[in-house]
Amino acid sequence: MISTNQHMVSSYTNSFIGMDEAITLKKLIANQSIRIENLDVFIEDQHILKNVNLTIPEKSITCIIGPSGCGKSTFLKTLNRMHDESPEVKISGKVFVDDENIYGPHVNVIDTRKKMGLLAQRPCPLPMSIFDNVAYGPRIHGIKKRKAINQTVIQYLQYVGLWDEVRDRVRKSATRLSIGQQQRLCLARGLAIEPEYILGDEATSALDPLSTKKIEALFVKLKEKYTIILVTHTLRQAKRIADHIIFMYLGKIIEAGPTEEFFNNPKKQLTRDYLSGSFS
Amino acid sequence: MKHLEEKIFKVIMICAAMIILGVLMYIIGTVFYRGLPALTLDMVTKLPGGGFYLGKEGGVLNAIVGSLYIILGSLTISILISVPLVMYINFYLPARSIFSSIIRFSLDILFGIPSIVYGAFGFALMIYLGIRASLIGGILTVAMLIMPIMMRSFDEITRLLSRDLPDALLSLGTTKYEMVKVILRQLMPGLVTAILLAIGRGIGDAATVLFTAGYTDNIPTSLNQPAATLPLSIFFQLGSPVEEVQNRAYASAIILTVIILILSFSARYFSSKFSKNKI
Repeated sequence: MISTNQHMVSSYTNSFIGMDEAITLKKLIANQSIRIENLDVFIEDQHILKNVNLTIPEKSITCIIGPSGCGKSTFLKTLNRMHDESPEVKISGKVFVDDENIYGPHVNVIDTRKKMGLLAQRPCPLPMSIFDNVAYGPRIHGIKKRKAINQTVIQYLQYVGLWDEVRDRVRKSATRLSIGQQQRLCLARGLAIEPEYILGDEATSALDPLSTKKIEALFVKLKEKYTIILVTHTLRQAKRIADHIIFMYLGKIIEAGPTEEFFNNPKKQLTRDYLSGSFS
Repeated sequence: MKHLEEKIFKVIMICAAMIILGVLMYIIGTVFYRGLPALTLDMVTKLPGGGFYLGKEGGVLNAIVGSLYIILGSLTISILISVPLVMYINFYLPARSIFSSIIRFSLDILFGIPSIVYGAFGFALMIYLGIRASLIGGILTVAMLIMPIMMRSFDEITRLLSRDLPDALLSLGTTKYEMVKVILRQLMPGLVTAILLAIGRGIGDAATVLFTAGYTDNIPTSLNQPAATLPLSIFFQLGSPVEEVQNRAYASAIILTVIILILSFSARYFSSKFSKNKI
């Protein structure tokens, strides 16, 4: 197990992998859930992501850090194909999720998005009750039975620690919750569609410290079952909860590795500069 | 110097507000001063009798019912067309599509066309199709008149919606249609505003219905019969040489105003009832 991990690290540290390394990579697929090959993203004529090659280890938290405008959010959006909504975005390369290229010709976008639970920067509850917010996903994905839905809703509200706070008002509007509660509700809503991955796009940046703490604790709890990819702009958060760090700068992956190694012993000068705060 | 600027600007603002208020008060004052004494129960419960326009007994029930028929009919048609169109150009077409700019541009032009042109166009179309002045003719023509304003105002409100909600929905794996259904709940107050603007334009317009709906002293019982409308009723009563009848015209204007008020309040009420969970 340890040796595989090291292998993994070395393969994603290098963003320009050769053929041999790609083959080793394929052998490791079994425990590497998302694999990205030669990903380039253009928005109009701007080259946003430049030849990204990555593997993201499963059942752990991977944090993507980097200064604003470096392509973190764009990268996250390529994982659940949210760029499909903007025709000015051109994507080339392959993104394998569970060994299937999600940019392949026969991929159902909805299935891909169902696999990826997204937690956005600002919580955005749906214009309906707390209960219906969580029940919405299961309902549109075909669960009709009232009992099953009730169970799912309660289960996930409990999971995110919201149930005790809202049990008397689950039929009331979700918008009356505090922003921290709303974010946990959005997490419950995402989990209720039973994704395999959780994507967080600066999911705590709008929250107060206490709510941030709660969400972070949830992520740590969730990594037992899910593969979590977080975009964050706070280094401290990455340090606190990440197992792996990916550092991006100007659309390129500069360095990637296990958290401890990344922070204690960064290999690239650019990483060192970023960590020391020379630029942000 | 700055102090003086501030003062001058303040005076200008207050004058502007006063002018608007004054004009409004003058109009409402005249309408009520002349109309209130003539506003009897008969006005709203009776059809015009023989010689009504020369001062004999009767009311304008024909016009009240006709106006309601026409506005409700045309609202139904325009909502059924506006909502899909606005959803299409906002959520199905890409953000800066040429097609949606063409649609918005055409709507702006349609919005500026005088209502008499709609009336003439509707009339020409009806002749071509062999339809006489009738309720259905009025409904369709008024629908054409109010559709641009409904679409354009609903569109403006829809464009203000942040991308967060559509993105949140899509990332849950919804289809576009499922997404639009939830978004519409959020947009309900905006839709109501658009409907109210459309009512305001449609119900008070005389020129569109003049040729297309015609005029009658009876309440239409089918779509093929002509229908009276309040604006035309006011027009005919004002044209009477008898002062009493002219006062009834002002009373009819009060009735029209009250109908608009009732429609506004009920629309706002239902909208807040249906969208109590909005963000």
